Amino acid sequence: MPAEPAAAGRELTGWGRTAPSSATFAAPASVADLAEALASRGPRGAIPRGLGRSYGDSAQNAGGLVVATAGLDRVLAVDAAAGTVTVEAGVSIGRLIRVLLGQGMFVPVTPGTRQVSIGGAVGADVHGKNHHRDGSIGAHVERMTVVLADGSVRDVSPAAGDDPELFWGTLGGLGLTGLVTAATLRALPVQTPWMSVDTRRVSDLDTLMAALEDADRRRYSVAWVDCMAGGAHAGRGIVTAADHATVAEVAEHRRGPGQAPDPDPAPRLAVPGWIPPGLLNRVSVAAFNQAWYLHAPRQRTGELQSTATFFHPLDGVQAWNRLYGRAGMVQYQCVVPGPDTVADLLAQLRQAGAPSFLAVLKKFGPGNPGPLSFPRPGWTLALDLPAAMPELPQLLDRLDETVADVGGSVYLAKDSRMRPELLATYYPRLDAWHQLRDRVDPDRRWQSDQSRRLSL
Amino acid sequence: MKDAFGSPQAVAVVGGTSQIGLAICRAVASSGRLQRLVLAGRDPSALAASGDSLRGWPVGEVSTVGFDATVTTGHDEAVREMFAGGDLDVVVLAFGVLGEQEGMLDEPERAIHVAEVNYVAGISMGLRVAAQLRRQGHGTLVVLSSVAAERGRASNFVYGSSKAGLDTFAQGLGDSLQGTGVRVMVVRPGFVRTQMTAGMAEAPFACDADDVGRAVAKALRGGQETVWVPAALRPVMSGVRHLPRPVFRKLRA
Repeated sequence: MPAEPAAAGRELTGWGRTAPSSATFAAPASVADLAEALASRGPRGAIPRGLGRSYGDSAQNAGGLVVATAGLDRVLAVDAAAGTVTVEAGVSIGRLIRVLLGQGMFVPVTPGTRQVSIGGAVGADVHGKNHHRDGSIGAHVERMTVVLADGSVRDVSPAAGDDPELFWGTLGGLGLTGLVTAATLRALPVQTPWMSVDTRRVSDLDTLMAALEDADRRRYSVAWVDCMAGGAHAGRGIVTAADHATVAEVAEHRRGPGQAPDPDPAPRLAVPGWIPPGLLNRVSVAAFNQAWYLHAPRQRTGELQSTATFFHPLDGVQAWNRLYGRAGMVQYQCVVPGPDTVADLLAQLRQAGAPSFLAVLKKFGPGNPGPLSFPRPGWTLALDLPAAMPELPQLLDRLDETVADVGGSVYLAKDSRMRPELLATYYPRLDAWHQLRDRVDPDRRWQSDQSRRLSL
Repeated sequence: MKDAFGSPQAVAVVGGTSQIGLAICRAVASSGRLQRLVLAGRDPSALAASGDSLRGWPVGEVSTVGFDATVTTGHDEAVREMFAGGDLDVVVLAFGVLGEQEGMLDEPERAIHVAEVNYVAGISMGLRVAAQLRRQGHGTLVVLSSVAAERGRASNFVYGSSKAGLDTFAQGLGDSLQGTGVRVMVVRPGFVRTQMTAGMAEAPFACDADDVGRAVAKALRGGQETVWVPAALRPVMSGVRHLPRPVFRKLRA
């Protein structure tokens, strides 16, 4: 028996710290405990919760059961010859990176934080800076084990006969098709634990987007955009591109053997529990953006960085979401087909004076068959905004319309405020997903605040 | 469910003909997220008229529920019906009576009626609604108190004391619900120009029902638990509260 009581009421929010709700919270330490916890769920159902990095209400279930997967934390198998790894759902990307680097491999996809569980990564079908080349994590999942609403356990894969509909519906399915207990991923072989990084500072949007497309020759590429700069500097930013460094590249940079970098270091800084309201405002964010822009080199190639520095800079600051104070923050991430729409969205943000200091732009490659999978060809823009900003709800509703008009989409793992009516526009294969849900969970025993809010 | 900005999808107003209650509906509807509105009250035709008055506002599907403040034995059933259509994100307790204080001095029954509607029924509904919100794990109970609750005045101390009781009850209820996902918002308007105050001399800081509506919508977004309307009344009443009684008695009103 676990030392903790099996279940206790707890108020939860997502990473954005908005819209709290209370649920019975169960933290099973094993798959056997999990079955017991799920058996206790009432009419308001259950939802899995990994490390709580979804920005909105994807992993909340008011009045129901929230099942934390953090206790399912075993690395089940590492097959260096086949290049695969099988882990339980609660293992974090950070821990997996550490395990894999020890064997000369790397995770096939990592989002901007390594504080993401494998279960959550599958549930959101996360993408990273290599999407243009490698797709989202779904492309690298060989198979996974899913606990369905009726308690039955399925082993699914994209292969016909292995219930590919359930496989693809679970990728990006936000835990609403079943709880993933374990997954087998194909890892990426790497020679060193270092990244060889190119950085380029560009002073306007057209150049930025061209530089970003050029950067796509590398495995990893991304741009930071200064959303607040206007006039001739509108859309200025910093493009970074990288590959895993080769042994030769590392040797070239170092006299003698350098110490291997820590891929999963503890945060060096922490944000205190109380932050004055309005700390992140138009003036402070514009100043930060200006400094960030000027601090970047005009052009630098082949710089060696640790994987933590390159992929997860924000993980160095513990609880950075607290910077937004009590009102919390909203992240908005969309994908649109053409560069013109990106310029349009940025202009709308600038006109509204939206103080975003973490705006990220990237060009996606092809999508996958997952009906709720977010990435699809086009440009994706992600912004963090203070929830307390006046007129923000109206601004985001307008951005939604712009995105819908061009056939774009909004990312559900970041969503906390979308209009339910737009869901089918953003996810044209929603019907197929609902059919799957009717098959595997006709009584809606998997529910979340988000599924209620969006009638998912 | 409420979204990240506190915009509700389902709202109930107990005292569904209250002008302030309806103003709150209009204010929260402007977010475009409202899908369902429940109006609870005593007079079916007046409730229907309230529903009709919201045509043209994006309040979604409107339904009505019978509710009589003075018949507390019927409150369980009223609350059950209110929640029959699913979760409620916001429940507004908007019912109340002002009463004519002068008559009450000779007819205590009329004062008791004010206390029964404003205070007793407020407790009855507050507890029953809170229990439902607890069960669903989220939601905000909006309680309409009054600036009159802050200090007893010769001209309306019966009304003021009933609101003071309700106000204290709501504050404590809110604190007792910490960690349950449920919030209680206490709203203290000053003089509001409505039918209830028609013909009365306006007090300083008078406002309209829509001002109260907007203030409540804003507080739902920001998560504030105490709302003064207008906001300037907070420091003003803080001062008034500390006036010595001989001085306070000399103030008109």
